[in-house]
Amino acid sequence: MAIFLTADSKVIVQGMTGSEGTKHTTRMLASGTNVVGGVNPRKAGTTVDFPGADGSSVEVPVFGTVADAVGKTGADVSVIFVPPAHTKAAVVEAVDAGVPLVVIITEGVPVADTAEFFAYAQDKGVRLVGPNCPGLISPGKSNVGIIPADISGPGRIGLVSKSGTLTYQMMYELRDFGFSSAVGIGGDPIIGTTHIDALAAFEADPETDLIVMIGEIGGDAEERAAAFIQEHVTKPVVGYVAGFTAPEGKTMGHAGAIVSGSSGTAQAKKEALEAAGVKVGKTPSETAALARELLSR
Amino acid sequence: MDLFEYQARDIFEKHGVPVLGGVVATTPDEARAAAERLLPADGGVVVVKAQVKTGGRGKAGGVKLARSADEAAERAGEILGMDIKGHTVHRVMVAAGAAIEQEYYFSLLLDRAERRYLAMASVEGGMEIEQLAVERPEALARVAVDPRVGIDAATAERIVAAAGFPEKTSPEIAGKVAAVLQKLWDVYREEDATLVEVNPLVLTKDGDVVALDGKVTLDGNADFRHADHAALEDKAAADPLEARAKEKDLNYVKLDGEVGIIGNGAGLVMSTLDVVAYAGEAHGGVKPANFLDIGGGASAEVMAAGLDIILTDPQVKSVFVNVFGGITACDAVANGIVAALEILGDEASKPLVVRLDGNNVVEGRRILADAAHPLVTLADTMDGGADKAAELAHAAA
Repeated sequence: MAIFLTADSKVIVQGMTGSEGTKHTTRMLASGTNVVGGVNPRKAGTTVDFPGADGSSVEVPVFGTVADAVGKTGADVSVIFVPPAHTKAAVVEAVDAGVPLVVIITEGVPVADTAEFFAYAQDKGVRLVGPNCPGLISPGKSNVGIIPADISGPGRIGLVSKSGTLTYQMMYELRDFGFSSAVGIGGDPIIGTTHIDALAAFEADPETDLIVMIGEIGGDAEERAAAFIQEHVTKPVVGYVAGFTAPEGKTMGHAGAIVSGSSGTAQAKKEALEAAGVKVGKTPSETAALARELLSR
Repeated sequence: MDLFEYQARDIFEKHGVPVLGGVVATTPDEARAAAERLLPADGGVVVVKAQVKTGGRGKAGGVKLARSADEAAERAGEILGMDIKGHTVHRVMVAAGAAIEQEYYFSLLLDRAERRYLAMASVEGGMEIEQLAVERPEALARVAVDPRVGIDAATAERIVAAAGFPEKTSPEIAGKVAAVLQKLWDVYREEDATLVEVNPLVLTKDGDVVALDGKVTLDGNADFRHADHAALEDKAAADPLEARAKEKDLNYVKLDGEVGIIGNGAGLVMSTLDVVAYAGEAHGGVKPANFLDIGGGASAEVMAAGLDIILTDPQVKSVFVNVFGGITACDAVANGIVAALEILGDEASKPLVVRLDGNNVVEGRRILADAAHPLVTLADTMDGGADKAAELAHAAA
């Protein structure tokens, strides 16, 4: 099982022949992901050699369009590494080709573009993850994006986080337990998959026993997630919110991470989550200790 | 990026939104010249308005009427240099006076939860919108806007109807407002805004609908398709260290404390600020001196540039480098630190605590151990590193 991504997932890479795309396709293949093709109209018909998981070489075909790649390979996941100016067109192409899961790694996409391609994808029933996210991993099964595969192995924790490196930190803290899936949903103001979407999927996933949810200051996504947990989640949830000591009115990197006034603060989010029965740590290590305690019962 | 009112006014005008004449001035003499241009021959008034990126300037005395050019210069002299909620007034806008019949409210912004846009409108404008939303929520209409459609004629009509314009004003005025909303959509769409707010949108005694005060926030991610947006940036307001960091494309925010922070990834750096602040409670209350995210895939050069910024901050007493190597390899980070210390030479005089984990950590730690720089301490964990850095900052303070 795991969520969104399974051992059967067939993955294509839009932007595979660019430098980021090449680097991460190598890493995805090395961690056992079934990468079945890349897309680049100027290199259609060629192949690219990558080192495979067992040391042998893997030949990945390059297609001219996503539709062609899907038609010839049966791909059901696309991961996008194209520059911000071309991201909207890439997502629309993947949606039009009928890819049910599109993961957008690209950072710096104009929010108007995201708003438009999200609406388009939603109409066609396509799940988007990102943009500006590290992607998702179901350890031992598949890894789509840039999450390092060697931090932790398969296990029974489900992790959802806005932040990439905080995802890695938390996987590292709980590496001895392992993860069913870890999903980096990204920190942009508009994102395709939310905390709530991931919580719902983990709740339904028989391979997940406990959910760790990482949020950060700004917006009200954590408060909405808390309301959802209260209503719909029966599994134990441990939470962490970054930015307790952040000053008001300063943007901290993620477009979403800005505190103004009293709403959107880490304290408000912590209180909302705790009111929904979530145990909230004040640091990553304390959060990991809370999860550890629940898992060891 | 938030724009000043005068910048919003100019952008409105460019897209055909009706506005009154307005000229920015940075000295009383400029204000006098502006008033001479704007004052009608038969008398009338101009308004001298402080240009600050915060609310409540009227209450603070930052908006004043003037009946002559000399009076405008005098008022400008009073307002320039004022402090409004921590913002120094460096410029005023001299605006044509208006005979106001009614005040309305309109805004268009991102709806993060629904992942589309939200239009808000009210026939009761002028007051703080937060106050209106709390006190009379029924007076504030909220209408979803599809990002692919925007505010076309039909959507504009829906918005004015939801806010009760046809019955509370008149169908004719409602029609005029709807036309302005479509122009404001052009501003939002064509300038890649994430917020366009008009408060108040006024009906003048002559029957015109005019945007009297505007707030616009532009999406920095869209700068690549707006070469003209760079000129709108308020370079004077940036902290000098922040300005330098920006030149080097570093994501840096100056804070008040003593412990310099460098990390990779916004979430991890924010978390590092928290952990250092908690650790500081046991060490004389030292706090983080900055936020600096060198990015998920940081190189040695970026690390060197970041260290350079932080070590030249006189407030910094110690530095905590907290890196989880995901894509970034720890050996590259370690090499970056060693190279940066070499480049900085004697200028590097503050202790560095370095915590590395993840990709190639063994090699990274070995490089730092071999270099054995007297200023560098290696930490095994994020908590341990934060504690050590706080301790060193307290000892040096």
